[in-house]
Amino acid sequence: MSKRRVMFTFPPERIEEPVIYLLGHQFGVVTNIRRADVTENKGWVVLELEGTDENIDRGIAWVAAKGIRVDSASGDAVEG
Amino acid sequence: MSYATSLRCRKCGGEYPLQAVNLCDFCFSPLDVAYDYKSISKQISRQAISSGPNSMWRYQDLLPVDGPVVDIGTGFTPLTKCDTLARELGLEQLYIKNDCLNPTYSFKDRAVSVAITKARELGFHTIACASTGNLAASVAAHAAKAGLQAYVFIPADIETGKVVGTAVYGPTLFAVQGSYDKVNVLCHRLAETYNWGFININLRPYYAEGSKTLGYEIAEQLNWRSPDCIVAPSASGLLFTRIWKGLNELSMLGLIEPVNTHMHLVQAAGSSPIVNAFRAGALHVHPVEPHTIAKSIAVGNPADGYYALKAVRESGGTAAAVSDEEIIAGMKLLARTEGIFAETAGGVVIAGLKNMVRSGEIKRDDLTVACITAAGLKTQEVVSDVVQPIVIQPTLESFQESVEMSRTAAAEVR
Repeated sequence: MSKRRVMFTFPPERIEEPVIYLLGHQFGVVTNIRRADVTENKGWVVLELEGTDENIDRGIAWVAAKGIRVDSASGDAVEG
Repeated sequence: MSYATSLRCRKCGGEYPLQAVNLCDFCFSPLDVAYDYKSISKQISRQAISSGPNSMWRYQDLLPVDGPVVDIGTGFTPLTKCDTLARELGLEQLYIKNDCLNPTYSFKDRAVSVAITKARELGFHTIACASTGNLAASVAAHAAKAGLQAYVFIPADIETGKVVGTAVYGPTLFAVQGSYDKVNVLCHRLAETYNWGFININLRPYYAEGSKTLGYEIAEQLNWRSPDCIVAPSASGLLFTRIWKGLNELSMLGLIEPVNTHMHLVQAAGSSPIVNAFRAGALHVHPVEPHTIAKSIAVGNPADGYYALKAVRESGGTAAAVSDEEIIAGMKLLARTEGIFAETAGGVVIAGLKNMVRSGEIKRDDLTVACITAAGLKTQEVVSDVVQPIVIQPTLESFQESVEMSRTAAAEVR
């Protein structure tokens, strides 16, 4: 089992969808929210994902395919 | 002996021992080094600092390391008064903090010198980083000096010529195929999987502290005062926040008067998440996908973005973005007026400074310091159009004829 700390950034049209619930339900990933701010215009959630690497990868790809941005919670690793 | 006491979460205040960890386990916010400032204040003085080495290590009491340092001669770079550029921009007092003159030609040497010293203290045998240029060169050079194994990850689409300045130090170089985002994901996975000192991931709290020395040097070189304005570029936001922290530490320790510096942040328009948040009046920095010629500051998801934004607001500064065309013009202007060839991030700073003076955000009589963070030879292709030699035959007549023709042409233009 692996853990990954990520940040989801939601566009307005996805804010009302239960994306995090469905991610856990459909991909067998445990979701654990640590920080978040959601308004009617935009939202971001910092959370930890726990599961097999394969399930986390598939789950993240499913979230990203919905137009939700997925980033590392610790910022970009690639620097100039 | 180090006066660092712990790592502290910048958001919730949670404390951690001085180990290789960068995020708070509770809220996943970045950790910062905390110090015993009371003890430092008994030890430190202007005189003690001034009698130290001519490098960033003259400030060792304010850095989180014990024992011998990994130093390749970084820091105490020139703070140059720039009257010609000042006149051109409409300023009375302008200084350039010229970090092109570090050993690997960028400010990254400051951060990496501290991070690798700490990595060795913590017992790491292998260090790693992911970079498109400046960080890679600095890590490879310091690893060579320290005798550590270095793994450097670069995006596969970087031109070979750009990594010569890294490869020459003998690191193991990996060119990762895939998008910028994919390289990011891989590096985070590597950091979780291997017991390496990953310079800007698990060593980030120490890496960050090295950048404070830029702020210390500015104050010391201005004869122990903080300027009215500082203009600095921002990628991850790390340097910007640490210049601010450095100035405030000096003030807290009684080495300079209370800080009244306006911190002005500049980014390239194609990668400006912090500027976007500033303009929107937002507290959160939303990530973007970077597209700019200023590769060295093209960070879409800045780890210290929130804190850079906070420093801008706390200091009464501003944040502005400039176009790629303005960046090139800024590089040329700095070279033409002051003889300093900066890379694209320097063009961002000069272009941003120009706009801020024009808009009145920086006033004519403000004592202003512009931070030039890396040398132009690293990105010379963006200004290659300046090479337009007059071709002549190897005879005196040919030379004289060409000179006459170019004089006539110049007169016609006027």
